Amino acid sequence: MERRSTLGRLLAIAAFAAVVGAACGGAAATATPSAANSASQPAGSVAPGTPEATASATAAATNAIQYLNTTTTCQGAVADAFFNEQECEKQLAERLQAPQGPANQPWLQMLNPTMVDTVKYKKDGPYKICVSESGEDNAWRVVGWNVMQHEAALEGVQLVHVIANGKDDKQISDIADLVKTGNCSALVISPNSTAALTPAVTQACASGIPVVVWDRGVTTDCPVTFIHPIGGYAFGASAAEYIASTVPAGSKIVALRILPGVDILETRWLGAEAVFAQHNITVVESQFDNADAAKAKTIVSDALDKYGNNQIAAVWADAGFASVAVSEVFEDRGIAMVPVIGEDQNDFLQKWSKNPTYPWFASTYPTYQWRTAIIAATDILKGISVPKEWILPQSVVTADNLSKSLYPNMPPDFQASCGCQDMPGWPADYQK
Amino acid sequence: MTGKTSAPIDRVSMEVTETSTWLRILRAARDTTPIFLILLALLVAIHIQSPAYNLVSIFKNGAPLAILAAGQLFVIVSGEFDLSVGSLITVVVTMSASISKGDPDKTLMVFGVMILLGIAVGLVNGLVVTRLHVPSFVATLGMMLILLGGVNYITGGTPLGDLPSNFRTFGRDEIKNFPVLGTLPNSIIVLIVAGVVMYWLLHRANFGRQIYAVGGNARAADLAGIDVAGVRTLAFIVSALSAVVAGILLGGYAGVSVQVGKGYEFQAISAAFIGGAALTGGRGSVAAAIAGGLTMQALFALLNVLGYPQELRDTVQGVIVIAAVAYASYRFRRAS
Repeated sequence: MERRSTLGRLLAIAAFAAVVGAACGGAAATATPSAANSASQPAGSVAPGTPEATASATAAATNAIQYLNTTTTCQGAVADAFFNEQECEKQLAERLQAPQGPANQPWLQMLNPTMVDTVKYKKDGPYKICVSESGEDNAWRVVGWNVMQHEAALEGVQLVHVIANGKDDKQISDIADLVKTGNCSALVISPNSTAALTPAVTQACASGIPVVVWDRGVTTDCPVTFIHPIGGYAFGASAAEYIASTVPAGSKIVALRILPGVDILETRWLGAEAVFAQHNITVVESQFDNADAAKAKTIVSDALDKYGNNQIAAVWADAGFASVAVSEVFEDRGIAMVPVIGEDQNDFLQKWSKNPTYPWFASTYPTYQWRTAIIAATDILKGISVPKEWILPQSVVTADNLSKSLYPNMPPDFQASCGCQDMPGWPADYQK
Repeated sequence: MTGKTSAPIDRVSMEVTETSTWLRILRAARDTTPIFLILLALLVAIHIQSPAYNLVSIFKNGAPLAILAAGQLFVIVSGEFDLSVGSLITVVVTMSASISKGDPDKTLMVFGVMILLGIAVGLVNGLVVTRLHVPSFVATLGMMLILLGGVNYITGGTPLGDLPSNFRTFGRDEIKNFPVLGTLPNSIIVLIVAGVVMYWLLHRANFGRQIYAVGGNARAADLAGIDVAGVRTLAFIVSALSAVVAGILLGGYAGVSVQVGKGYEFQAISAAFIGGAALTGGRGSVAAAIAGGLTMQALFALLNVLGYPQELRDTVQGVIVIAAVAYASYRFRRAS
């Protein structure tokens, strides 16, 4: 049994209060001026609501349009197993090129296409399209699948849907099952990982069923078409360029990444790395948040604790699910909002529109590619040519085109680039 | 057998009749459960390393873990473990978001539903352990998986819905212009209230005496007329309710996430042990468990300002828990 001394307890409580009070008094003394006067702003950002803020927002908006013309290269990316300099430079250039196709239907547009003949795949309907998906574990995929089903209904095709739950071996067996017993007119595959799924895709091609690959890629060109937006290098670099044009050289920033080893995420980081290196911006923290908004918020909060409340000039992220949570860190501490990178997820866009002076930016990995996947499959089955590599345009959201991505009464996880607005079922089917 | 148990010996405070104040202070320091001194030392170390660091944030961010540790203590003192609290936190956050969908008028109703859920989970845990005689480690592990699977099934793996601002205020907001401290986070108020309630339950109410008795020697307690099964079940309910409160605080701070509760059960158990709970039950105090939770938060903060990588957190936690339990059993053997 332990003796408890009341004197000891009183001593401890008094000591706590003294230390915490002294520390917080010290912290409060340094923190209060910045909260009250906004005196110690990170250079390059201004307090919201002031006249400088409006001017700065306009300047930032102009910069945002102009930054895409900078002579950014891929120099400075740390060359690892995922880095392909040629592909990187190609994507940076593609951002500036005009796609072919109808401007108001970006899911039909294509960049520099090389068409392939599909007459040999022509057959009569009705079509049964088998979709092998890597997983359904994030808002982008949930909305995407909804979009894909609506496109299929529009085209009058039947869909079979198998989900691999993030496991390579399950997807390999899923594809094998679909080929053997699925009676599929066409196979539409989003591979869970590139290397592991390549043999499965190759075998599927060999079966004679036309194969369409979308979203992530494989290292065989046997599929009839591979559909994807411009790509990760462009995604990451565009966001990084916005930060570079908004914060001064020598700034410290935090980079948030979902997880290592996924090619489309690694390329986003590599594109950003190159831009930061070219503009002398230091990434003081680069951490993995495992697609968890709470973890992302903790990472940024810890960084502010470690380096100082006004020392982090921006937060770059390779995805937008945590951007609202991350922004709360700055709001909660009374720090002026810094550039935060997001995507076209509705909660981020709504918050941005309510705070128009926030210096924010969104890269997109457009959800409308889920429409293109079905369109390509049905085109192939009708004998209409498709591009060998269907490169879709990849837009960005800036302060001046934000209003075009805002849709009222949509849930926080809605993805604005769904391309679903002109299909039957809009908006009710996407509001659940 | 009237069912009344006499007050445990540790309630008798032994007045020291030393004349030297210095000796009295030293004795007080030696007799105080070490965790308070360790927490103090960590806070001092952080302040020395980084004078601008706001120590209040340790209490704000550590409040959920401290409350969870105190709730877990009830179960540990009764001689059991509750591994389901982390998943329960995740269920509370995701279900609250799904039910309320951001509507502030629903918050009160959501709180009611969550409290009922906590009682139900604690009740099931208790019944499985006491009626089906499944060891609590296994029973609560099963509950953890059931809750986790349920969450993934309902949400599809991705968080749906929003938490309204009057829900989030408990974990996120602060009272500004507070004297001495600068700001007082709402979560610290919640921690104090929960701490006082749990302190009273364990150290002042009859229920608490019964838990110590059951944990110390269940057979003797049963012979003394204590409803061992009922006491154990109530302990699980307290633990589950502490998880509901922790979930409200965590959801408030970070928003909706399907991984918010991950790993918290182990952190809570570690914190309770660091605070001096005994592995076999029958010992521990609410104040020390709360201090254990805050100590872990302070330790992580110190590692952060010293520049240690995040990945080391689990390693540090493991080392500290082993050291704490080893030291606690050394002190116990020395005292008895």
